[in-house]
Amino acid sequence: MSTIKVSIVSSSEEIYSGEGTMVFATGSLGEIGIAPGHTPLLTGLAPGPVRIQNGDEEQTFFCSGGFVEIQPDLVTFLSDRAERADSMDEAEAIKAQEQAEKNMHDQQSTLDYTKAAAQLAEAAARIKTIQKLRKNK
Amino acid sequence: MANTKEVRKQIASIKSTQKITSAMEMVAASKIRKTQGEMQLGRPYSEKIKEVISHIATSSSEYSHPFYESRAAKKACFIVVSSDKGLCGGLNINLFKSVIHKAADLNAQGVEPSFALIGVKAASFFKAVGGNVVAKVQKLGDKPDPDMLIGLTKTVLDLHKDKEIDEVYLCSNKFINTMTQQPMVQQLIPLPAIIDDGSTSTHWDYIYEPEAKELLEGLMTRYIESLIYHAVVENNACEQAAKMLAMKNATDNAGDLIKELELLYNNVRQAAITQELSEIVGGAAAV
Repeated sequence: MSTIKVSIVSSSEEIYSGEGTMVFATGSLGEIGIAPGHTPLLTGLAPGPVRIQNGDEEQTFFCSGGFVEIQPDLVTFLSDRAERADSMDEAEAIKAQEQAEKNMHDQQSTLDYTKAAAQLAEAAARIKTIQKLRKNK
Repeated sequence: MANTKEVRKQIASIKSTQKITSAMEMVAASKIRKTQGEMQLGRPYSEKIKEVISHIATSSSEYSHPFYESRAAKKACFIVVSSDKGLCGGLNINLFKSVIHKAADLNAQGVEPSFALIGVKAASFFKAVGGNVVAKVQKLGDKPDPDMLIGLTKTVLDLHKDKEIDEVYLCSNKFINTMTQQPMVQQLIPLPAIIDDGSTSTHWDYIYEPEAKELLEGLMTRYIESLIYHAVVENNACEQAAKMLAMKNATDNAGDLIKELELLYNNVRQAAITQELSEIVGGAAAV
């Protein structure tokens, strides 16, 4: 089975580097599936899960925005912050979401609003990732 | 000849200085490992983004980003990365020297230099030397936060967009090993042309989602940010290494000084005893 080289890096560390037979990610314009031999593509990343299938194995990661570059034989995720989904804490994520919602409501200026909205989107995506991961188990 | 009390006082003072420098040496030695680790953790990201950028450069993109176009240089901006604290030997001053050298070179070609400064030492140096400072950040600490650099990066990139600046250079120390740090002046904008080795002669382009312009704009900004961040982290590692070396030298020098002074102290003491004895003998003979 043909594979594609996958690497996920965030500005502070390398999260994953290896092979995959199929990769799913949340692009800024919607979910994308990447199979080996994909046409060159450059797109933004929205906060959300990244799933890497390698045969029967599947690993889930969380990326909070950034960019993804796709070449026929390689996928590179340049994430602002990324982590392994199984090391994420749901309680923590829900708390972050509540905090973000609170920030949304008592925002002072439009600048705060956009920031709070981004926070909320990230927290929501985090929770979704965790829940999806749990369902798969 | 000096008296014994004076010499003893001097020895005591040097000893206490030596204690401080050796403590600082140990602190720096323990910090080196941490800062070096951070430097290595950040490396994959900057390598990957560099790869992506070079792929973009070889593609025949529908949109050519302004960072690739070289315009007639009239004004250049130097982003100078320095440490916040001193006592690290010639680390900062060597870097400033190469910056000044490069700036003078460009000035001779009719290019007007300006500076964006990171770190307390750069700020105080360029305040004394003079020069047009467009932005500065200070006190980033041992664990620099990328968010703190965004303001400076944005200022410089905006100036470039408004054609106030034509070229941007990044000046920082490169960590070679614990003993050696190399000052480097690296051109950021325009992006150095990638040598076409002929292997990428096929005509291809990315599919961009959403627009090429928007996407490349974001990616380029991120690229420059990551380069600057990496330079700061690397400079941190350099600072600790240089500090350890400087403090080790200071401790060794203090040791040498103490040895010399102890020799002097013994000489003086012996001379005093000899003198006293000869006085007693002389006195007894007189009686």
